[in-house]
Amino acid sequence: MTGPDLRPPAFRPVADRAVLVEFAAQPSPQAEAAVRALDHALAERPCPGLVEAIPAFVNLCVVFDPLMTDHDRVTGHLRGLLSHPAPQRSAPALHQVDITYDGPDLPAVARARGLTPDQVIALHQAAEFHVVMYGFAPGYAYLAGLPEALALDRKPAPQRGVPAGSVIIAGRQCLITTLTMPTGWWIIGRSATPILTGDPARPFLFDPGDRVRFRQAGHG
Amino acid sequence: MAEAQFLIRHAGPHVTIQDAGRPGLSRYGVPASGAMDRPALALANAALGNPPGAACVEVSPGGLQLELTRGAITLAVAGGGFVVEVNGQKGGSWSVLTLTAGDRMTIRPGPWGSWTYLAFAGALQAAEWLGACATHSTSGLGGGRLVFGGTLTVQNAETRPRRAGPIPCPVWCRPRHEVPLVLGPQDRFFPAHAVQALLEQPFHLTASHDRMGVRLDGPRLMPESALSIPSEAVLRGAVQVSGDGVVTVLLADHQTTGGYPKIATLAGAETDRFAQLRPGDTVLFRAVSPRAALLMARQRAAQTDACLAALARKP
Repeated sequence: MTGPDLRPPAFRPVADRAVLVEFAAQPSPQAEAAVRALDHALAERPCPGLVEAIPAFVNLCVVFDPLMTDHDRVTGHLRGLLSHPAPQRSAPALHQVDITYDGPDLPAVARARGLTPDQVIALHQAAEFHVVMYGFAPGYAYLAGLPEALALDRKPAPQRGVPAGSVIIAGRQCLITTLTMPTGWWIIGRSATPILTGDPARPFLFDPGDRVRFRQAGHG
Repeated sequence: MAEAQFLIRHAGPHVTIQDAGRPGLSRYGVPASGAMDRPALALANAALGNPPGAACVEVSPGGLQLELTRGAITLAVAGGGFVVEVNGQKGGSWSVLTLTAGDRMTIRPGPWGSWTYLAFAGALQAAEWLGACATHSTSGLGGGRLVFGGTLTVQNAETRPRRAGPIPCPVWCRPRHEVPLVLGPQDRFFPAHAVQALLEQPFHLTASHDRMGVRLDGPRLMPESALSIPSEAVLRGAVQVSGDGVVTVLLADHQTTGGYPKIATLAGAETDRFAQLRPGDTVLFRAVSPRAALLMARQRAAQTDACLAALARKP
């Protein structure tokens, strides 16, 4: 399951209740694939006492109930999962997310990258993203896949009061905000597609690994 | 069925509805939230015969004043050493009392503690989000923050006179200055003298203390080099070190992921009493093994269960 570029995973105990399985020091598609595969394998074959698994760029944090199991047993279970090839998964879901490209930073992004605003829109809309992980706040899904031509460092200072539903970019990532919060990312548009769906059966629109494309609202 | 209604005459900042929380959703960016002092919330509920995770009001050092405008109801207050005053009669937290219409109750900080829990004999009406009433303070989702002029409604409100009286406060509900932690998962990125400073020098809680976490004053713990780790999961109790070497302990409403290194994580069983410390209090961290922390969690769970069972046996 680990690609040739990956070192053998490290198993790090975290306090009394988690094991952090780390596949690499820095993000890479291989590290992400290894995290995803273990996350899926654990969902298929959970160990007793499993509370949750939290995927991130280079590691999977496996949280357990210390009253029911312990670090060694959980680590043993995870080693067992890693030593067997992961079961074939069906292709991840593809979501179409509505966007209106009227963000206040769209002209600044275009200027900084030597593009016209229309070129920024075309590049963003042509890209296929995927959900690496959620973090920061409820429903904040980090979408990888922003074209290199749009990559920018974060702004030097965060902007306050950025409304929920803003589509923001930084580095090679894109994110749709779910709360009014400060952010140092560049605001290129807004989306009416709710990530916190309000549906108890499926409260979050995406699962980690899902694919995402943006579609201009009102353009079919 | 009987209903009790309260008018909120005063609510300080960070006074919210909390319950046992919503664990298991970190992968969607949602921390468990719930009571800052989980055993105290469970004991307040058990003192009334409620399920231990029922919704309560979590009172911060900002305090709370309620007036019962309709009905009659028995209440329990547990957690911290708070002052509970009813119609001018002073008492303390760790007690069960009954109010009738027109009574005014004030809860404010007393000799120790940062959080106390007000439980109700009945069902506190509060908005649920993702299966729990716990308020996620950053978003306001869940039962929400209490605000001046608002109301609280309790359905199936009862008076339970036989439950009246003091609630024993277990010694492990009191904060301790010695705080056990487990080093890691990123202690390896710190020079030996930084780890030594963490374990040998005192830290002080600052006033920057809320449901997300508490910043500490103390030695700066500079990592080996300008360090940015790829964002990864963060647990309640994580001892996070920012780029300038400042230590923050993350609590109930922590961000679910972060890119700052975590030099250590508090032993889970001690996180709640740590949250009861106050600005200016001194802490001394002591390293224990992951296994020792796990055994502490089991022992604390057994102690809590014994206290809950003793309260349940009360008629």
